Amino acid sequence: MRRILLALSLLALLLAIVPAFAQDAVELRIRWYDDGNEGEVLRDLLDRFEADNPDISVEIDTVPYRAILENLPLDLAAGEGPDMARVTDLGGLAEHYLDMTPYLSDAAYWEENFGPFLNWKRLPGDNASIPGFMTQLTITGPFINRTLFEQAGVDVPSDMSDSVTWDEWAEASRAVAEALEIPYPMAMDRSGHRFAGPAISMGAMYFDDMGHPTVMDEGFHAMAELFVNWHLDGTMHPEMWPLSEGYAGANEEFANAELVFYMSGSWQVGQFSEQIGDAFDWQTVPNPCGPGGCTGMPGGAALVGIGGTEHPAEVARVMEYLASQEVLGEFAARTLFIPAHAGLSAAGVDFDTDLQLAKDSLGVFVGQVGTLEQTAFDLQAYAFNRVLFDASRDRLTQAMVGEMTVDEAIARIQDDVDTALAEEG
Amino acid sequence: MRLLTILDPLTRPLLLFLVSAVDTVLKPIQRRVGIDRMGYFFVLPNLLIFGIFVLFPMLLNVYYAMTGGTKLFPADRPFVGLDNFATLFECENFSQPNSCREDLFWRGIFNTIQYVVFQVFAIVLFSLLTALALNRRIIARGFFRSVFFYPVLLSPVVVALIWKWVLQHEGVLNAIVELLGGESKRWLLDPNWAMFWVVFVSVWALMGFYTLILLAGLQSIPPELYEASSIDGANMLQDFRFVTMPLLMPTMFVVLVLALIRAVQMFDQIYVLTGGGPGTRTQLMVQYIYTTGFSNQIQLFGLSAAASMVLGLSLLILTLLQLRLGNQSSLAG
Repeated sequence: MRRILLALSLLALLLAIVPAFAQDAVELRIRWYDDGNEGEVLRDLLDRFEADNPDISVEIDTVPYRAILENLPLDLAAGEGPDMARVTDLGGLAEHYLDMTPYLSDAAYWEENFGPFLNWKRLPGDNASIPGFMTQLTITGPFINRTLFEQAGVDVPSDMSDSVTWDEWAEASRAVAEALEIPYPMAMDRSGHRFAGPAISMGAMYFDDMGHPTVMDEGFHAMAELFVNWHLDGTMHPEMWPLSEGYAGANEEFANAELVFYMSGSWQVGQFSEQIGDAFDWQTVPNPCGPGGCTGMPGGAALVGIGGTEHPAEVARVMEYLASQEVLGEFAARTLFIPAHAGLSAAGVDFDTDLQLAKDSLGVFVGQVGTLEQTAFDLQAYAFNRVLFDASRDRLTQAMVGEMTVDEAIARIQDDVDTALAEEG
Repeated sequence: MRLLTILDPLTRPLLLFLVSAVDTVLKPIQRRVGIDRMGYFFVLPNLLIFGIFVLFPMLLNVYYAMTGGTKLFPADRPFVGLDNFATLFECENFSQPNSCREDLFWRGIFNTIQYVVFQVFAIVLFSLLTALALNRRIIARGFFRSVFFYPVLLSPVVVALIWKWVLQHEGVLNAIVELLGGESKRWLLDPNWAMFWVVFVSVWALMGFYTLILLAGLQSIPPELYEASSIDGANMLQDFRFVTMPLLMPTMFVVLVLALIRAVQMFDQIYVLTGGGPGTRTQLMVQYIYTTGFSNQIQLFGLSAAASMVLGLSLLILTLLQLRLGNQSSLAG
């Protein structure tokens, strides 16, 4: 009896000890959002990583994009963040990023391939940290429904000229909508970032001589007035900006062929390939022109390590794997994202789609990189650009519904920006 | 002990064991604090929960309202006294939100006042009428009671999405209007219609709850009083005025206070239905607090906390005023 008891005790002890020794893999969490199939692709890539690295497991917490904008900053400020996160407010959250430099096996690779974009994720004055890599480079620009133009018998303006103005596009889109009784001639994502490209094209400077953000110039005013008037005369989707809070898009309207011209960006290509396919001819056209150029806005999302992680070395290993040219190339090919990686840009990406419309669209977006104005890059690199973007979005919306004039709206944007920056110190 | 006698033989020993166990724990405490103070002991857990989850956050909110900067942790925030309140109340002309420094705060206040007045009035009126109808012997009374209560079970987001689908330009309402030969309209884009629909949808969604409370109030009125009034020759209107209303008044005040608090707190439903638009036409104070504190890139917690204190204080004053009026009318009655 004694022996049996002893054996049972030993067994119980073993059962208690074994799991402690058979240590679970280090679990890392990624806070992620999806525009298209990228979460699925990432999971697949990480499964392969986990198979080769059994000591690390990576969980993807997929949340709505709004949660990345609104909840993640609070979590990070409270020290409750994940180990890695996919972010678009690149500079705004820079104080929370992990500098992976000491943990990377080849930091020079990151400087060489992600160099121009690392500054977007750094605090002012920081020229050395490596917080993460861009999962994609985005460029804002318009999509058109070419089939509608053909059915309406209206020439596509960009077929006839390399520098089509915003007014010319508005006129052509209205003509198509009128001819075919399409509800919405034009729409623009409800976003100050999307508005910024056209504003810079019209001559907006966004920064004064001292480098302080400003919207008090003729270029910004010109685009603001044009944009507000298009909402009043029905050229722009009349409900999208006035009846939304935060970001809103017109994907559904475009996919349902209810929209002629849609100002959005390169991240939509994957989604349109799936949603529309070749149901009609959709295409990307070059950004419309004005006195300030023919520019869109660069941008994108980055996967960054979070400074509060308890496993910085493991985070760096996952990042090194995902940022390697081979893996990032596969990610770009399967998601139809434009890579922000010098090596991949030089080698080119063979996008994983048979849809010629998607390939052509991506080609146009890649071609647009050279036409982006320096102001657009500076604005994207500015850490508090979202203050400018959000104020522009909300105050212009008020002008659209008659709560204030365009001049008052612009003065308010400036005031909002100045107040917020003063508070930030 | 009477309870123990009716319990089955299996449950009785278990219950006796529990009673003696509780007794063993409580007796020494009672001996120590005295029987008069045992009440405090029993409410202590609840007070602790209230203190941690309600009182402490409220005090923290007061602290935030008196600090500035953008840091989250209280210790990192500089003390600014009443500056945040001064910012909120910096205005050239209070009737013109555009002349105020925090114009969106004042727009929120005016919209909230308008919304509360119309919504509370409508919800009390329609709940009362519905309760009166459902209190009568009508056909399918049980069915109608369920029908009016059903929207209460829906999540506010679902309610908003259903009505968004109904009210959008290509929506159900316009389809009906066109079918009847009318012209379709952008219901939520017109500033006046937007406020109307926001009130309408919330009345539709919440009315069932208040109807139920009023129905309970109506059913607690003794039928003898109606018999007596009919013997006195009172007609239906006189019954309502001299019997129903005076006896329903306490319930009405409960409904009024609950509806008022709910209306001032309104956020989710409107946020999904109109996003506070068109422009800021349906943006209420809670949305201003949320946006200022949480959805902007530079999050102004201090200003947001100050605005929430203004909202809380106005709610407190309104509720006290109502209770006072309620007490006066019951005393007069």
